[in-house]
Amino acid sequence: MTALFAILFLIFFVLCFGALLLGLAYILGPKKSPNAIKSSSYECGLPSSEQVNNVPVKYYLTAILFIIFDIEVIFIYPWAVAYKDFLTAGWGLYILVAMLIFIALFLYGLIWEIRSKALDWH
Amino acid sequence: MDLMNIIINGIKIIFIFLLMVQIVPLLVWIERRASAFIQNRFGPNRVGPLGLTQLLADLIKFLFKEEFIPKNAKKSLFYLAPILALIPGALAFGAIPLSVPFTIPIFSFFSKEFGPYLIEFQSYNLHFSLVFILGVSALGVYSILLAGWASANKYSLFGALRAAAQVISYELALGVSLVGVLLIYSTFNLQTIINAQQGAFAFYSSGLLYTVSFLPNWGIFFQPLGFVLFFIAIFAETNRHPFDLPEAEAELVAGYHTEYGGLKMNMFYIAEYGHMLVGSALMTVLFFGGYQIPFVSTAEISQFLSSAGVSLGWLSFITSMTLFSVFMIKVFIFLWIFIWVRWTLPRFKYDQLMKLGWTKLLPLGVLNTVITAIILFILK
Repeated sequence: MTALFAILFLIFFVLCFGALLLGLAYILGPKKSPNAIKSSSYECGLPSSEQVNNVPVKYYLTAILFIIFDIEVIFIYPWAVAYKDFLTAGWGLYILVAMLIFIALFLYGLIWEIRSKALDWH
Repeated sequence: MDLMNIIINGIKIIFIFLLMVQIVPLLVWIERRASAFIQNRFGPNRVGPLGLTQLLADLIKFLFKEEFIPKNAKKSLFYLAPILALIPGALAFGAIPLSVPFTIPIFSFFSKEFGPYLIEFQSYNLHFSLVFILGVSALGVYSILLAGWASANKYSLFGALRAAAQVISYELALGVSLVGVLLIYSTFNLQTIINAQQGAFAFYSSGLLYTVSFLPNWGIFFQPLGFVLFFIAIFAETNRHPFDLPEAEAELVAGYHTEYGGLKMNMFYIAEYGHMLVGSALMTVLFFGGYQIPFVSTAEISQFLSSAGVSLGWLSFITSMTLFSVFMIKVFIFLWIFIWVRWTLPRFKYDQLMKLGWTKLLPLGVLNTVITAIILFILK
């Protein structure tokens, strides 16, 4: 409870700190009227383009694969923390084999993903 | 908890955050001097002794820069992104134990007695601090994506997309490389992990204790492969050289902060160096014994200090500060390695980067997990 309060306080303080920095820069900076060329998007050597917000589909695929594998990694975490308790309780072989099966599935998924060329960046 | 205790803890939280923010200009100075040294130049050397006040001068310049926003940009998101960028680093750094707890003895304030208070030298001591740090530092992706998308510029957008794809890919390698550490220490709490690294290298084998007296009991000797994987992954997580594809200036100008200037750009710098700081601190805590001096226990240090004439009221505070400086020395060694690598190695290509993360580091991390589990099973 106190830790949660501390975290919320820190978030609040950091937001205030950031807003203060932006506000200071806003107050102290010189005000100049922008012209059309100055306020256009940055470009080098070409006419400045209009807004580009097409995202290549490749990035969505990476994100989806990341979610799958990240959840699998998260499943390994509690196992790792509880592993020594199981060893001392005499259930070592059970917990080891159970996790080896899970890790084999994890690796099978990874190999399938690599072989289906989902990770080829060209 | 009375009000005074809450106030002291609040001041402590603000102090630790400002400490993080204050290390950033120092790091920028070190980086500029080191790059100059490596490239046989002078670097900033005019403003103040050794150019140390250069960053103060820069800050004043940044404060008086014109507040500029491109025409097509999404205004609110454009301003929100640099503020949000500060949060992940600050939250993650708050969960890292910087030193041993110290006590504030009984003191009087406006003729009222307060104390004694036991103050932990970290913003909050969570039972699950390791998972908390991993989860919170992953939130850095949002500010990067917001900045890139809100700038309405193709360089920013592609820089942001590259950064996001890279950070989430290497998060897998980072997560898997830590499983070995969790297997050995059986806890998520960083304070417990540091306490387990006291003394000389020791391990149990079928009920008998073996010690190697010349090695400290550090995590790196239990997890050499895990350390190497973590070390590589943290470079990619922080978008540093040789993995700084999001900011590859030959292709993408400055990546996701191309359209940012002045203090707003500086806030992204604070975020990036904050991530470096958190990464170095995590390496220190998990693999190099945290704030502890090898072979010397905390009790011995406070004994030495009291025999050197430190009064009883200040003893725990000065012990804590000594260990804090040890922690900072270790952290700065890693920060130096970050800078050293940046000015030594060439940059990767993007497909090489993604291949390295998914097809090499991730399987090696899984292999490390399996080997650690089997060795622990054999040794019992």
